[in-house]
Amino acid sequence: MKYAAMLLMLAGFFLVLTALVLFDALALRTVFVLSGCAVEALGMVLSIRTHMMSRKRGVSL
Amino acid sequence: MNQPFQLSDAALALALGLILLSPFAIAGMALQNSGLARSRSAAHSLLGVMSLLAAAAIFFLLLGSTWMGAAGQPAHIATVAGYAWDWCGKGAWLGGSLAGASATSVLTLLLDLVLVGLAAIIPWGSGAERWRLGTAIASTFLVAGVLFPLLAHWVWAGGWLSTLGTTFGLGVGLLETSGALPVHLLGGVTALAIVWILGARNGKFPKPQVATAIPGHNVVYVLLSCPLTLVGWFGLNGASALLFLHLPQSQIPLVEINTLLCAGSALLGTLAITRFRFGKPDASLCANGWLGGLVASSAVAAHVSAGTAIVTGVLAGLLTPLLVELLELAFSIDDPSGGVSVHAGNAILGLLIVGVAAGKQGQLLAQIVGIATVIGFALPVSYLLNALVNRYLPYRVDPDGERVGLDVHELGAGSYPEFIIHRDEFHSS
Repeated sequence: MKYAAMLLMLAGFFLVLTALVLFDALALRTVFVLSGCAVEALGMVLSIRTHMMSRKRGVSL
Repeated sequence: MNQPFQLSDAALALALGLILLSPFAIAGMALQNSGLARSRSAAHSLLGVMSLLAAAAIFFLLLGSTWMGAAGQPAHIATVAGYAWDWCGKGAWLGGSLAGASATSVLTLLLDLVLVGLAAIIPWGSGAERWRLGTAIASTFLVAGVLFPLLAHWVWAGGWLSTLGTTFGLGVGLLETSGALPVHLLGGVTALAIVWILGARNGKFPKPQVATAIPGHNVVYVLLSCPLTLVGWFGLNGASALLFLHLPQSQIPLVEINTLLCAGSALLGTLAITRFRFGKPDASLCANGWLGGLVASSAVAAHVSAGTAIVTGVLAGLLTPLLVELLELAFSIDDPSGGVSVHAGNAILGLLIVGVAAGKQGQLLAQIVGIATVIGFALPVSYLLNALVNRYLPYRVDPDGERVGLDVHELGAGSYPEFIIHRDEFHSS
């Protein structure tokens, strides 16, 4: 699950890059960059949840 | 292609003097890491800092400096949708660019070597008391040989983050002073990846949602680290302002004043909030707050007024203890040195404040793109590569080694052989 979370963060980063290239207007760019950041945040939340669940099970990594 | 930047002789002398101060930052962080760990791993912690510093310098010189390149030097440029992306330097291999380099280039390389060492030792403090030294050196290769050079190129050497202004009209491109992004944010997220891989120290979380306090063994070391890191940061911020930002010498004292103001107001902020929350100020958290203020100054020192530096420091001082508590109690992250909170948290804070204070259209967005780059690119890459290495070279020491302490287990002798007795060294936990 943690690997999926990391891929989600990478996806968010590429969304940020794509937003820069696709849009010219600052407002649109801002919205889509923030969307990319939200995807990264989702990956972070998933990663933290996975960490906490694996700790409860006594599993490292 | 631009001509490489050259400093005057007087500025070169000043930059050299400032760079020679910068190892105090590493000495201070080493003392803080050691003091915040238990006595059974004190020497291991300090030796680890020296080893990682040495390894980082060698890895960076031999390999990383190639990727980093320098502003005005050849680089790998990809054209995507009509935009030019300068994504990787094209320097000489194995430090070959040193031959015939100008004094300014050599000084910049010297500063890079200190900065990469700083980035490498941040995760070491977070993995204290359970991370094997040999595998930490292997992990340093990923930071010093791959991630730091790429990010440093993007920020300082004409890479795509520094040209967000000219390419996409986002302010003047990413703004920072002395490594808030490629050193502290990178070091902080790498520390998070390492903590996730290592897991918590034995006994830290005996039950779900219950965290045991494991106090550091020497709060004097921890507090003594504060003035040392201040001197080091004077060197780092001043030298970076000269060599990376190309500020005139006359502005360096203002950068140093902002550095001191950030650290001082952060300490007072932490002192106030811990006094309010716990009834008495917490000495080790105050030291963390001080360091957090210095980290925030790595972003803001060269770009804001003295008043904004004080506000930044106060915010850093309030943020640091709250983040330490949040990560430990809510997210079960065992980070003995507070590296994730202090370095990643305050680097993000500083970068955002620069974006707001700069007052240029799109500047805040440029800062957000920079932060998203480290969290969305450097953190996953660092985690995945470290997890891969961990599969073949286990990072975590065995339970018996952790119980007796890494001084005895990895170095063969304790730091305080005359008087230290741990009850749990004689009874299994």
